[in-house]
Amino acid sequence: MKLFKKVLIANRGEIALRINRACRELGIKTVAVYSDVDKESLHVRLADESVCIGPANPTQSYLNIPAILTAAEITDSDAIHPGYGFLSENYHFAEACTTSGITFIGPTPENIRLGGDKAKARQTMKRKGVPVVSGSDGPVPNEESAVKIAKKIGFPIVLKASAGGGGHGMRIVREEKDLEQAFYMAQREALTAFGNSEIYIEEYIPEMRHIEVQIMADSKGNTIHLSERDCSIQRRHQKLIEESPSPVSSTEKFKKRLGELGVKAARAIKYRNVGTVEFIVDSKGNIYFIEMNTRIQVEHPVTEAVTGIDIIKEQIKLAAGFPLEYKQNQIKLSGHAIECRINAEDPERFIPSPGKITFLSLPGGPGVRVDTAIYDGYLIPSHYDSLIAKLIVHGKNREEAITKMKRALDEFIIEGVNTTIPFHKKVMNNTDFISGNFNTNFVEKINSSIQENT
Amino acid sequence: MEFEDLKELIELLKDTDITELQIEKEGSKVKIKREKTLSPIEMPIHKSPVLREKIVAEDEEAQRLVTVTSPIVGTFYRSPTPDGSPFVEVGIKVNKGQVLCIIEAMKLMNEIESDVDGIVVKILVENGHPVEYGEPLFLIEPI
Repeated sequence: MKLFKKVLIANRGEIALRINRACRELGIKTVAVYSDVDKESLHVRLADESVCIGPANPTQSYLNIPAILTAAEITDSDAIHPGYGFLSENYHFAEACTTSGITFIGPTPENIRLGGDKAKARQTMKRKGVPVVSGSDGPVPNEESAVKIAKKIGFPIVLKASAGGGGHGMRIVREEKDLEQAFYMAQREALTAFGNSEIYIEEYIPEMRHIEVQIMADSKGNTIHLSERDCSIQRRHQKLIEESPSPVSSTEKFKKRLGELGVKAARAIKYRNVGTVEFIVDSKGNIYFIEMNTRIQVEHPVTEAVTGIDIIKEQIKLAAGFPLEYKQNQIKLSGHAIECRINAEDPERFIPSPGKITFLSLPGGPGVRVDTAIYDGYLIPSHYDSLIAKLIVHGKNREEAITKMKRALDEFIIEGVNTTIPFHKKVMNNTDFISGNFNTNFVEKINSSIQENT
Repeated sequence: MEFEDLKELIELLKDTDITELQIEKEGSKVKIKREKTLSPIEMPIHKSPVLREKIVAEDEEAQRLVTVTSPIVGTFYRSPTPDGSPFVEVGIKVNKGQVLCIIEAMKLMNEIESDVDGIVVKILVENGHPVEYGEPLFLIEPI
C-alpha cells in the first residue's frame, strides 16, 4: 500500500489549507486549483503547484469538472480531495475521477448517490432497522397521497426535498388545509433549486437537537465511529456552533447507542471512507436518522480535538487503500471541544460583509486552534460563502471549554469587515447555552429577544 | 531659511531636471522633492540613448499589442495534428476569428481564435506545454 504522490485540492479557503496541511505532513505533494480572484489565497501560495482554472463564478471554476480534471491531468496528480461543498457530493465528479484514473478521496460514487437522495436514504435505513422519524416511504407522488400520509402521521409535518439537504427545501405544515398548496410550492421550489421536484414527508419534531456521528470505514468495510457532535446552534439550518460531546449525551449508555446507530447506518449502505450520520434527538431522548453526509465536514476539528485523531490524514490514507488504523475500543474521548464558525457577516442580521482585512490578530494559548486562510491585508471575495475562520477550543470539561472560548473570542481581532464574533460572545454568555438547555430553535429565540430589547 | 528664499529655490528647481534637493544651512534643513512620475518621453538626460530608446519601445509595445489568453486550463498545441504544420508563426498576418492554436482539455480539442486582425509578434508558450486559465499565449499587433 502506498500513499499518493500528488493530491489536487479541488476547493478553496480554510478547507483547502487544511487539506494542504495534512498532505504536507504525509509527504504528499499538493496542487491548488483556484479561480482568478483567489490568486492571492494562502493555500495557493503554500501548495507545491497551482493552476488557475477559471473566473470567479464557481460554475466556471470550482464546479467546473472538465477544468479540474484537466488540471489533475496536466499536473500528474494521482488523487483529488474535494473538501466540503462544491463537488464533494457530486457523484458524477466522483465517477469521472475514477474513469480518469484519479482517486477521489471520499466515499464511493454509489454512497454519494444514495446520500444525495434523502427519501431513498431514509427508506434504506428504515429497512435496515435504523430508526427514522415517522414519515412517507420514499417520495410522495402527489397532493392526495401527501394528505393521506400527513393525516396518518399527524400534524405538524415537514415537507422535505429529496435532492435537498442541509436544511434547504424544507417546509413546515401545521394544518391540513395548508398542505396542498404547500406541497405544490415545495415541488416547484425543489425543481428550481435542485433540479428534482421529489418531496418526502416527515413528522415535525418541535424541540429537537441535531446530533451527528462521525464515522470512518476502510475498503474492507471495517467501520468505526468517532463519537458525536451536537450542532443544534443553527440559523436557517446553517450551523454556527458545534460541540463534542453533546451536553445531552449524559450517560455512557446514550453515547454508546448513538455511536452504534451511526455505525449501523454506515454499514447499511456499505459506506466507505469518512462521513457523518445525522440524527435528531427529541425531548424524550429518542434518536432518529435524518440524513447521511457523504463528505468531510466543516466541524471535523471538534472531533479531532476530543479524539486526538487527524481525520483528514486518516481520510487520505483510507482512500489510498490503507486499512483502518483504529479499533472501536481504541477510540477514547477526552475533555470537551467547542467550535465557533466565524463568518464575514453582520453579527445581528447576518448579511455578508466581504472586503479587505485591515488588521488581524489570532487568539492562541493552550487548547485553542484557529483554522483559517485569511491574513492581514487579505481581500475577502464576494463570490463565495462567508466562512472566514473556525475557532475551536478544547477544555477538560464543558465549563472550561466555554471559559476558554470566551477568552479566545476576546483575543480574536478582525478589522475591515463585519464578523459574527460578537454573536458568538453573546451565545457563550447565554444562560441556556451554558446550562446545555437548548435545541435547534435557540438562535431564533436569542435573536428575537435581542429585537425585543432594542 | 526665509520663505522668500524657499520660493526662489522652488522656482529655480522647476526649470531643471532635479527631482530632490536637500540643503542644510545654519542649523536649518530643507528638503524639496518633486513628485513626478517619468513617462517614457521625459527620460532624464543622463540615461544612454540606446537604453532610452529600448524603454520607450517596450512601453509603446505593451500599449499597442493585444494579448491572447487561454480561456480554459489544458495543453497548448500549435498544430492541428501531431505532425501537422503550426496554425501560425511569428510574423504572419492573421484575421479576426482565425484559429491560432488548440488547447486540449479532457481529450477535447478547443480551437482558440484571434480577436483581432493583425501580425503575430510573439508566441509565449511552447508546444505541448500545459496552460492555465488566463495564461498569455500570443502577442498580436493589430493592424
